[in-house]
Amino acid sequence: MNVDVEHQPARPADVESTDRLDPGLEPAIAIQGLSKSFPGHLGIGRKRAVCGLDLEVRPGEILGLLGPNGAGKTTTMKMLLALLRPDQGSIRLLGRAPSDPAARARVGFLPENPYFYTYLTAQEFLDFYARLQGLTAGERKTVVPRTLERVGLAGQENLALRKFSKGMLQRVGLAQAIQHDPDLVILDEPMSGLDPLGRREVRDLILSLREAGKTVLFSSHILQDVEMICDRVAILVEGRLRSSGRLEELIENKVRSFEVSVRGVAPEQLPATLLSRDADHCLLDVADVAGLSRLLAVVQEQGGEVTSVFPRRNTLEDLFLQEVRAAGGRS
Amino acid sequence: MSAPARRGAPPLAAIRAIALNTFREAIRDRILYLLLVFSLILIGLSRLLSLLTVGNEEKIIKDVGLSAISVFGVLTAVFVGVSLVFKEIERKTVYTLLANPVRRWQFVVGKFGGLLAVLAMNLSLMALALFSILLVRGESPWPLLPAILLILVELVMVTAFALLFSSLTNPVLAALLTASIYIVGHLTWSLQLLKEKMPESAGRWLCDVFYVLLPNLDRLNFKAQAVQGIAPAPGTLSLALIYGVGYSILVLALACLAFERKDFV
Repeated sequence: MNVDVEHQPARPADVESTDRLDPGLEPAIAIQGLSKSFPGHLGIGRKRAVCGLDLEVRPGEILGLLGPNGAGKTTTMKMLLALLRPDQGSIRLLGRAPSDPAARARVGFLPENPYFYTYLTAQEFLDFYARLQGLTAGERKTVVPRTLERVGLAGQENLALRKFSKGMLQRVGLAQAIQHDPDLVILDEPMSGLDPLGRREVRDLILSLREAGKTVLFSSHILQDVEMICDRVAILVEGRLRSSGRLEELIENKVRSFEVSVRGVAPEQLPATLLSRDADHCLLDVADVAGLSRLLAVVQEQGGEVTSVFPRRNTLEDLFLQEVRAAGGRS
Repeated sequence: MSAPARRGAPPLAAIRAIALNTFREAIRDRILYLLLVFSLILIGLSRLLSLLTVGNEEKIIKDVGLSAISVFGVLTAVFVGVSLVFKEIERKTVYTLLANPVRRWQFVVGKFGGLLAVLAMNLSLMALALFSILLVRGESPWPLLPAILLILVELVMVTAFALLFSSLTNPVLAALLTASIYIVGHLTWSLQLLKEKMPESAGRWLCDVFYVLLPNLDRLNFKAQAVQGIAPAPGTLSLALIYGVGYSILVLALACLAFERKDFV
């Protein structure tokens, strides 16, 4: 797929982007002016799923694609894999069009809520995909058991997938996505349905892919996971890119305000916003260091006691909610 | 993990892998066994029917046996054919499959190949049952072989239509359309009769067009002759084979085109 851009929508002026790819470095994924819409209810009108998306994923990085439900994350991933045709725009996947099997030969993909061939055993399942991925019989013999071990399914090779739990299916899905040693791994909600231990293992696996020089694009609703492992994030809301860049730059890793816990003073007399109170304590919010100094002085003057001061920093969740609200979406 | 291969499968290897997986799925499906058991029971009962019916016992056994093979073969082609492709789309297994270096036409041809293997296996088992009954009675089953071969070709055509329709619409409609094609395919001769009874008009021209375009499954029907022990005329069998295989390739190409244009929402 490499659809010519005919009426490429202008890049939204309010997109916050903190980075640019080095010129000369070919991106693992290059998306320009990508748009896709679907027929509306009963075929009336069109529902826009992705609109004028520009995005680049650099070789060797982990990029987290964030967005509320219906933001266009899965649609974008499907267009990357030639499962959907874009209405407008172009995609280059490792320098080639996604419709080119040579590009997809270097890509691994795990869809959201994967359903696999339940009549196959784990070994048969991976062997089938390994054949499609072009692994020889000799390679399959070593790669399949090694990958099963890597995703924590060693010893389950002869168990039919119908007997697998959701977490095990997610792991075997990951196994088919990485067993052929792809350069680019695309994972749609890979942590979905996993318990905390499973999530940790998937996080570690994604990090190990980066260590091996692979590029990872993944979507997730679990912002904590994204914060922990992503080099960069891109936030999609209603099909448009709202924000993209390095995580620490986007969330400006600085103190946003201070939460101060005070006792022995009536909060009405203090120069701070009251957050909550109980019999002894009140929890206050001050915007900056100067406000904090003033508050501490007044508390001391009035014979009160400061029991804790907690600096509040911007988080990915703050940024995410801010972008969703700014786009007029739900929050 | 060391890098093993990142070139994708050669076209035939991908088709073979998909065909093998399709075959595996079908033979692990209870519906297939249900159809097979019913057909084997019916073939077994043909001996009983021959005792209860006035007429040539041998002919009745052959007639019922061939009809059972044909009907249950078609039922398998329609229901298994339609459901196998639809399941891939509905359960979204096609996402991971086509995200691999597999072209869509390879998927369709692989599915077709797997289904043909299933049909050939079923047909062989049913034919074996019929041949065994005839051999036990001391009768030669070999004159039935051309008819059975053409039943297989008929099933190839029906399977191609099942794949085409299941690429375009939902399984219920696809099954109905495929079954309709089977019925219409055995009635195309009536278009010529209709044409003769019509006045000179566009209607006659339409009769000719439909006669050419619609599959003529009667060209593949040698059951009556086989039961009578009549061998096909020289060249007739080859022509029927060429017609069936050629028509199936055209329908399969249309199915590939339909699948190529599909958006997997």
